[in-house]
Amino acid sequence: MISVTETTKNPSAAIAPRGLIPLPVSAARALLLVGGIATAASAFLSWTWTSEFPGDLTVTGYPGGLQWLTFTAGVLTALFTIASYGVRGLGWLLPARNNAPLVLLALGGFGTTWYTVIAIATKLDGLANLEPGGWVAAVASLLPVLGALALPEPVGETTKDTLKAYVAKPDRISAPAPTAPWIQRAAITVVSIIGLGVFTYGIDTEYGELFVGYLIVVVFALWAMHTAGLLDRFSHIVAANRSFALAMGFVAAIAFPFTQTDDHYANIGVNILIFGTVALGLNIVVGLAGLLDLGYVAFLGVGAYTAALVSGSEFSKFSGVQFPFWAAAIAGAAASLIFGVLIGAPTLRLRGDYLAIVTLGFGEIFRIAVNNMDGQSGPDITNGPNGIPSIPDLSFFGFNFGNPHDIAGFTLGRFANYYLLMVLIMALVVLVYTRAADSRIGRSWIAIREDETAATAMGINGFRVKLIAFALGASLAGLAGTVSAHVTYSVVPNPYQFAGSTPPNSAFLLAAVVLGGMGTVAGPLLGAALLYLLPEKLVFLQDKSLLAFGIALILLMRFRPEGIIANRRRQLEFHETGQLDVPDTETLSDEPAVTKAGA
Amino acid sequence: MTTPVLEARDVTMRFGGLTAVRSVDFTVNSGEIVGLIGPNGAGKTTFFNCLTGLYVPTEGTVSYKGTVLPPKPHLVTKAGIARTFQNIRLFANMTVLENVLVGRHTRTKEGLWSALLRGPGFKKAERASEERAMELLEFIGLAHKRDHLARNLPYGEQRKLEIARALASEPGLLLLDEPTAGMNPQETRTTEELVFAIRDKGVAVLVIEHDMRFIFNLCDRVAVLVQGEKLVEGTSEVVQADERVIAAYLGEPFEGDPGAAEAPESAAAEAGAVADSTPGTTKGDVQ
Repeated sequence: MISVTETTKNPSAAIAPRGLIPLPVSAARALLLVGGIATAASAFLSWTWTSEFPGDLTVTGYPGGLQWLTFTAGVLTALFTIASYGVRGLGWLLPARNNAPLVLLALGGFGTTWYTVIAIATKLDGLANLEPGGWVAAVASLLPVLGALALPEPVGETTKDTLKAYVAKPDRISAPAPTAPWIQRAAITVVSIIGLGVFTYGIDTEYGELFVGYLIVVVFALWAMHTAGLLDRFSHIVAANRSFALAMGFVAAIAFPFTQTDDHYANIGVNILIFGTVALGLNIVVGLAGLLDLGYVAFLGVGAYTAALVSGSEFSKFSGVQFPFWAAAIAGAAASLIFGVLIGAPTLRLRGDYLAIVTLGFGEIFRIAVNNMDGQSGPDITNGPNGIPSIPDLSFFGFNFGNPHDIAGFTLGRFANYYLLMVLIMALVVLVYTRAADSRIGRSWIAIREDETAATAMGINGFRVKLIAFALGASLAGLAGTVSAHVTYSVVPNPYQFAGSTPPNSAFLLAAVVLGGMGTVAGPLLGAALLYLLPEKLVFLQDKSLLAFGIALILLMRFRPEGIIANRRRQLEFHETGQLDVPDTETLSDEPAVTKAGA
Repeated sequence: MTTPVLEARDVTMRFGGLTAVRSVDFTVNSGEIVGLIGPNGAGKTTFFNCLTGLYVPTEGTVSYKGTVLPPKPHLVTKAGIARTFQNIRLFANMTVLENVLVGRHTRTKEGLWSALLRGPGFKKAERASEERAMELLEFIGLAHKRDHLARNLPYGEQRKLEIARALASEPGLLLLDEPTAGMNPQETRTTEELVFAIRDKGVAVLVIEHDMRFIFNLCDRVAVLVQGEKLVEGTSEVVQADERVIAAYLGEPFEGDPGAAEAPESAAAEAGAVADSTPGTTKGDVQ
């Protein structure tokens, strides 16, 4: 695959193309293949003697629990190794023809297997609890790593660091061969199904160890696909079939509750959607208009309280009033909009840090005010810290959201019903976001973010467009809040604070946007899913979860400041790589521009 | 041909006790290229900011085509005055095309609702804006770089793009704040041709510049600002011959200076050099 040239005279440079471990290339690759297959096979052995370790790893004959993850990683390693031999029909797996994906997949298998083995030993107190199968798995998963590190890796101009070269994406990837539209659509369909499967597996993980192993495999596999250039290829296909990809994503989102037998996981799903919708609303304010809003969760609260007040709950101040959902949703969004304008009008005259401080203050004012409107310290509206409980379930045309329904043989529970409603609202919010971003008003938001003085000199009324961004973001959060009030049965002031250990709170919302990728649609959704699942699944971290979360954020900001999913603009901003999206022929033209002027 | 586009009457700008601009009267007529020169710190950029609404003049009025300008930058742009900045202020992380589209902001109306509903009117307006922006990019010669980020353009092209962005608001008067700062002679010449071409489109131009050769080649009229006050105004020849201008730039010899005898001569030689070095490039053969 990569020819070893002996032209270099520097001895240390001559070693580099041979890999870190001195082995012939054929042996290295054989080690990868054999190791991958052995890793996958070891998942069929018994790893421990007792079923006290969750997932039942005691059975020889078929994998269980964490063994499935080892199996997957082993199969992927073997598959990509075979592709690297240049086997016909598998070439598409490695568009960049590099070794980095092999290294990363081997590391993924190694990571998840060793994590499992160590987790068994620590949980059951001692290595004695490992069956021989566990030892076999540990050794088998080490083989591909040794093989991968023995593979030669070209030291490119941008990747002078040898170790870095092993996990870096090459700068130039050959252009893909044109594919028929039906193949592209089939690819999108398959990826949607795999994506749904992977996501569902993550949500359904029953214990923390399984979730950690899952994260290891998914992170390394995605990283490997990224370095292989597969993700770039796929995003090109998506760009070419935009509406089809959107429809498939929508279908996959709808399909999620039909894959669930336990309504508990649909509950996680609906909460992720609510969190993600609010994060997407915040993305308009932070990602597009560049206004740092630290009190954004208050708008979710305004929407939730408005919906609760008009829900017909007997504890509501207006218990006689019961709006139909569409009216409650509009009322919640409108109330948030009014609050957004009221808060925005005085504060948006400030810039930068001052705006952040003032919004932080307003966010806290909302929570404290709601806490005090109990009839003693203030007007009797919100029942103070008791909140408004027993909010009735929604009902559309006799379709009660509180009862399970049978649809085409699948039973949809209460949360699955709300999940489907949230998918619709999410689709609406995505539509609003993409359309607003790609328009005159969206451009003026970005211009304001880039340089407010220049934007004003170009005729943009800065205050006005910022207020529109603020109000639009607020009303989207309010809309999500109206559903969240019904999902959680009750609204209380406590969750609507600046920082806490569970989402949603303003700090988590902002983190979801920054972590996922500012200015993108998928970024905040992914960030929201991650930030919701991590505290939910890693119960054993308990009060240390904020610490772990903080460390993770710092690491991410160090190594990928543009977020997991990079906006094209941001990627170019943080990495001085020149123009990625423009054909070479145009970037390299150095001749003076032909000016019509003066001709 | 001589209707006034911009009229500044008695403009004074004070920052606390410092008077940066002192009762300046200034007029730009349609179809004119007017230069504004002065030593560093003379108040040129402050005066510019007064014209564009970034500063509200302490005293005096600025009117455009007979109407007094509101003291808000975006309203000034809407009225028909566009500007560029001394230190380039492009939207660095937007593409070349997007930068020009932002310049179209005041000449389009589509708000949030029309963006969300995407009616036929919205699509038509977006298409028209893009066509107009592409025309401007053709005009300045950057059409082939429409999808590049502004920050990745070479310096000279960033300057040009800033001019295109300003032109996108369809101004009647274009204010250029040191358009050739940091340019090499060849780039300066291209800019010169660009400014003439802009004038030929019917846009009056007001230029601040330190490059004397550039300004005297270009301008129909030149005004000299020294310490916040307008010293002289007239054609290139008048200004170049004015001794007060030379004194303002080079300083006056003081009594008893050993070189006092030579100073006026060398000053005259400097001024002469400025005038002599540009005999070939008169306006006639550029146009």
